[in-house]
Amino acid sequence: MIERIAAFGRLGLDIVSSFGRSGRFLAGVLGGVPRPATGFPLLLKQLYAVGVLSLAIIVVSGLFIGMVLGLQGYTILSDYGSEAAIGQMIALTLVRELGPVVTALLFAGRAGSALTAEIGLMKATEQLSSMEMMGVDPLRRVIAPRLWAGFIAMPVLAVIFSVVGIWGGMLVGVDWLGVFEGSFWGNMQSSVDFVDDVLNGVIKSIVFGFVCAWIAVYQGYDCVPTSAGISSATTKTVVYSSLAVLGLDFVLTAVMFGDF
Amino acid sequence: MAQRTTEIIVGLFMIAGCAALLFLALQVSGLSPKSAESTYTIYANFNDTGGLTPRGRVSMAGVTVGTIESISLNKETFQARVEMSIHSDVDNIPSDSSAVIRTSGLLGEQYIDISIGAEMDSLKEGDTFYSTQSAMNLERLISNFASGR
Repeated sequence: MIERIAAFGRLGLDIVSSFGRSGRFLAGVLGGVPRPATGFPLLLKQLYAVGVLSLAIIVVSGLFIGMVLGLQGYTILSDYGSEAAIGQMIALTLVRELGPVVTALLFAGRAGSALTAEIGLMKATEQLSSMEMMGVDPLRRVIAPRLWAGFIAMPVLAVIFSVVGIWGGMLVGVDWLGVFEGSFWGNMQSSVDFVDDVLNGVIKSIVFGFVCAWIAVYQGYDCVPTSAGISSATTKTVVYSSLAVLGLDFVLTAVMFGDF
Repeated sequence: MAQRTTEIIVGLFMIAGCAALLFLALQVSGLSPKSAESTYTIYANFNDTGGLTPRGRVSMAGVTVGTIESISLNKETFQARVEMSIHSDVDNIPSDSSAVIRTSGLLGEQYIDISIGAEMDSLKEGDTFYSTQSAMNLERLISNFASGR
């Protein structure tokens, strides 16, 4: 019995200390003064790996999600004879919710897991400790560019996702199902507000990008340096990022769109 | 990959992001650069504003000419006082025009329609509509009809 209670206590201590370590880790990464001359090429390389290479999955899933929204929306709205409202439905859904959230989930799966595995392997093969031996700070050289790249790439990807989704919805709604194009865009423009909807969506995606990148690099840096450790760290990255994104999405939506 | 190619591709990626944001701003949310148009404020008192909300539209002959700024209760007359800002280029609303609350479609949002009067003078900053017509209340209409009044 006492054993069980002790095990429970150890679990709690582990969780709390892991939060503490991740906070100190973040402070260590962000605290270092960036050196533009050496830092910028590293950041660029990571932006390519994290952002540009994720573009394909983002564009394809955005297109299909927009097309599905168009089809579903048309089926429901045509019962009420208001197919023309399909434009605002697609745009508001994508810009406020699906754009940031689905992009973040895909980002965690596509880029976050890769970041964790890469950093974890660096740790397992002792590349990080040999960097320290050479007097290079691995936090600044390896971790910081990856964190910043995730932070910058995520809003860009989310905006592209929304635009492609709206275009996909237009393909289905206007070109296939025959909703009048003028009312499609007109309804959309009269109901979507740039600051309330578009910018709040961008703020959401910035928060998600930060959280996903932080979880990914921390899990990689903190993993047990064995092959099993790397694999469990990669799993944890995807699970924790997805949970954090969905939970934070509720909080942010309540703050931004809730009436209180 | 060569450093230069990476730079170019990442640059294109960032440009695509900016272009997408621009598209969301202009095409999706209909943000027009001249949104900070100059306006003037006029008022109207209603017995019942129904479901009228701030940021709703004010229209004349179906054309939007302004927006509803605020709705408040006048504690002396127990009427609702609606403040609306009208675009400055529409500066010749006759002073005996009336403000009517209408509903767009059967279930659409409510808006204020200005029906034009015949007076030569026009409404200016701070003026109040002389005559108004409150929101049509479907329940009241039906109960009046059912009770035969």
